[in-house]
Amino acid sequence: MVATNGQRTESDPEGQQPDTLRKVNRVVIRFAGDSGDGMQLTGDRFTSEAAAFGNDLATLPNYPAEIRAPAGTLPGVSSFQLHFADYDILTPGDRPDVLVAMNPAALKANLGDLPAGATVVVNTDEFTKRNLKKVGYEQSPLETDELERFTVHRVAMSELTKGAVAETGLTRKEAERCKNMFALGLLSWMYHRPTDNTERFLREKFSGKPQVAEANLLAFRAGWNYGETTESFAVAYEVEPASLPEGTYRQVTGNLALAYGLVAAGQRSELPVFLGSYPITPASDVLHEMAKHKNFGVTTFQAEDEIAGVGAALGASFGGSLGVTTTSGPGLALKSETIGLAVALELPMLICDIQRGGPSTGLPTKTEQADLLQALYGRNGESPVPVLAPRSPADCFDIAMDAARIALTYRTPVLLLSDGATANGSEPWLIPDVSELPDLRVSFADSPNAPDGSEEFWPYQRDPRTLAREWAVPGTPGLEHRVGGLEKLDGKGSISYDPDNHDAMVRLRQRRIDGIEVPDVPVEDPDGDARVLVLGWGSSYGPIGAACRRLRARGMPVAQTHLRHLNPMPGNLGEVLRRYDRVVVPEMNMGQLAMLLRSRYLVDAQSYTKVAGLPFQAEELENVLSDVVQGVEL
Amino acid sequence: MGGLAGVPAADEEYSAKDFTSDQEVRWCPGCGDYAVLAAVRGFLPELGIKRENTVFVSGIGCSARFPYYMNTYGMHSIHGRAPTIATGLATTRPDLSVWVVTGDGDGLSIGGNHLIHALRRNVNITVLLFNNRIYGLTKGQYSPTSDQGMVTKSTPAGSLDTPFNPVSLALGAEAGFVARTLDSDRAHLTETLRAAAQHRGSALVEIYQNCPIFNDGAFDVLKDADEKQRRLIQLRHGEPVTFGPEDERFGVVRDERGELRVAKLAEVDERDLVVHDAQRADTSHAFALSRLGGQDLDPTVTGVFRAVDRPTYDDQARQQLDEAAQQRPADLQQLLTGRDTWTI
Ligand code: SF4
Repeated sequence: MVATNGQRTESDPEGQQPDTLRKVNRVVIRFAGDSGDGMQLTGDRFTSEAAAFGNDLATLPNYPAEIRAPAGTLPGVSSFQLHFADYDILTPGDRPDVLVAMNPAALKANLGDLPAGATVVVNTDEFTKRNLKKVGYEQSPLETDELERFTVHRVAMSELTKGAVAETGLTRKEAERCKNMFALGLLSWMYHRPTDNTERFLREKFSGKPQVAEANLLAFRAGWNYGETTESFAVAYEVEPASLPEGTYRQVTGNLALAYGLVAAGQRSELPVFLGSYPITPASDVLHEMAKHKNFGVTTFQAEDEIAGVGAALGASFGGSLGVTTTSGPGLALKSETIGLAVALELPMLICDIQRGGPSTGLPTKTEQADLLQALYGRNGESPVPVLAPRSPADCFDIAMDAARIALTYRTPVLLLSDGATANGSEPWLIPDVSELPDLRVSFADSPNAPDGSEEFWPYQRDPRTLAREWAVPGTPGLEHRVGGLEKLDGKGSISYDPDNHDAMVRLRQRRIDGIEVPDVPVEDPDGDARVLVLGWGSSYGPIGAACRRLRARGMPVAQTHLRHLNPMPGNLGEVLRRYDRVVVPEMNMGQLAMLLRSRYLVDAQSYTKVAGLPFQAEELENVLSDVVQGVEL
Repeated sequence: MGGLAGVPAADEEYSAKDFTSDQEVRWCPGCGDYAVLAAVRGFLPELGIKRENTVFVSGIGCSARFPYYMNTYGMHSIHGRAPTIATGLATTRPDLSVWVVTGDGDGLSIGGNHLIHALRRNVNITVLLFNNRIYGLTKGQYSPTSDQGMVTKSTPAGSLDTPFNPVSLALGAEAGFVARTLDSDRAHLTETLRAAAQHRGSALVEIYQNCPIFNDGAFDVLKDADEKQRRLIQLRHGEPVTFGPEDERFGVVRDERGELRVAKLAEVDERDLVVHDAQRADTSHAFALSRLGGQDLDPTVTGVFRAVDRPTYDDQARQQLDEAAQQRPADLQQLLTGRDTWTI
């Protein structure tokens, strides 16, 4: 563990001093290469180094759906963007200050995103005639004026790596595979990162293959030394630790935080957790993570399909476990009928949808938030389900806990809508004190409850406050009862085709969900004079917040609020919406939330939409919002 | 370890009445489901387990109403998905005896995928498959076990589908326990269900069940005393496979190609008779027996085809949890904190 105290000065971890050290407040780096080049790992390690140093950070992995698209082609490019700063930041950054391009495809695919003056580090060894041709370069861009707006560092990374690891006796091919660690070493030097964790990480990752571990370490150090000794890298940069709220932090991705939230919900409710799931991008990592935590009473079940995953979760809930299923949009579609059954059974269950680009298979590895209406309404009949959405990777933990609270308190399936950007993105997380986490304990029914004094158990007898029915689990003597998807007589729970009862039950199920207690939404309006409100949900929180900051810095007042509870919506939302002259709702869909707000609150919500598979950029939202703010001021 | 190990023993003597719920049974008059319900209510007390630790889960179809009529815990779920719900329940609750009630449409058509996977996975559940070779609840369309050429509302020119042989299917899916019985033979039905309940792991019992409304008489040849004697084989573990009336006995022998066939007992050497071995790990013996009689019920092989113990999914899943708990304490704070932290 490297704990930094926020007091770090300009000495690097080895105690050496680069020739020139320039301080900057923030940097955006994008590592780009072939999907086989290990760019995600490289980015991830750099992120850990930044985190260990105490920077605030946000990340954006971006990779193709194909596991290994043809090498060296544009569709095969995989990238990892990292934004780190000495202050609290909200997004992975719009445009990279530094691009590391491991081959011509990576350069070509990312060049358009670079601002003038950006730094480009290229692996010249891959700029062969053949590779250039694959991406349509007639002439190497390294030899034309195409890169003249940038500072370009030409580094023969493959050859340097091979030279550095020659002593390990690896084959040339294996040796070359370490070039991502060379790049990491070089960038670690440039940005003055602590390296201990990476060295330890490499030793552990390849603990079974000492030769490979050694080679990666040598490549990593060779990269560092290359920066140190090569004239062209005269300048190194330093980004000081950020002054975040006091506490102990770690870095988490959204999927990791979600898995931890589910484990924590099991611990705090003292219920076994049962995750029934079927592999699907980008949700599978939650299954993988949960499978590691059997010692917390977590059972993971990889089912034969999406339907079986949710079915088994519901069966476990019937038996008194916290049933959970994880999926993405296509899987949610398959699970709808079972979620409807859970609505009828009034049993707690969590359904986590890590949204991706749709429709159909769509863009499996890209982000989108177009499952909102599916989550709310994508079932037959009147089938209300609470819906929550985390606003950032770390928020996944709190959202999972709150989803569990709602499911257990109100005996209902709950939908949690994360998305690809949140799931794979990472940020620092203020580690919670476990003893301060909410108490989620429930009590099971243990005695007859019939109001007519008949000593019978009525499964649909309700708590008058929450309208939740009792949870009587098999094995409890005297409470034997049958539940099912057919309409129930309220109270007694027997099958009922009575028209009035059905009408009453439909309304009751709705009232139970509408009555769920959710916190009011806070509004951020530092000067209190904004006339424009921008409202989002889910992973757009970061870019919206960053855009608002930029506007305020330009003297343009704007208020921001963000929904984490989409059903029911916070009680103060109507009043908040009415306070502003204009309401702008940016969404990565065709305006689903805006439509809901317009119909529910009769506000003229103005929708701004983008469905490009990538998060919003702060700059584009800044432009959209500044037009609105200026329009109001006229 | 038997199928009911882990389920608490009853501390009172139950009767069929104790397993009878207050719901009025609403199957059509003469429906074969009544006989199965009576048999199940009648034999559950023998198992000696607590009533509250018994759960019936069903999907959709006529047979799926079964749980409502049992005074146990129960769930009438959605079409075809009962095995999935039972899997989650059985995996998390070793103290329950979990039963799935399904039909030829529910279990073999819409829920076919779940059925084969539950069987292969070997979850400790007992599946009762009511096979009436027709869709009853939706009023008479052909099912995956209907005869080819069958004229129904949805197949006025005759069905084109090749029917499933549910026993063959279950054996192909590696089910540890596979049996077949008849709604009309209470003694055999009870004996078969008892064996299924005692088996640890997934057990499938196919029950030929008459639907007097939409497919009446599908199994009538087995109700006619003479025909029944001529066609019905009742497998007995360790015994040679023989059947037929006193004056015309038949036996099952292996022919020169290694396949099973029915021969007149008088014409074969007794030493050539196939002796049934339900405990053979290899499924091919049981599978060959399942192929002897087909859709035409001539002959009709009943009894326990296979009863082989192998580790169950749920026992092993729980064992993994126990082992993990012994190796590492459940320290949530430690988990959340992880290793790479920094403090501000
Ligand atoms: S339709 Fe057939 S199977 Fe269904 S209840 Fe009536 S007789 Fe029984």
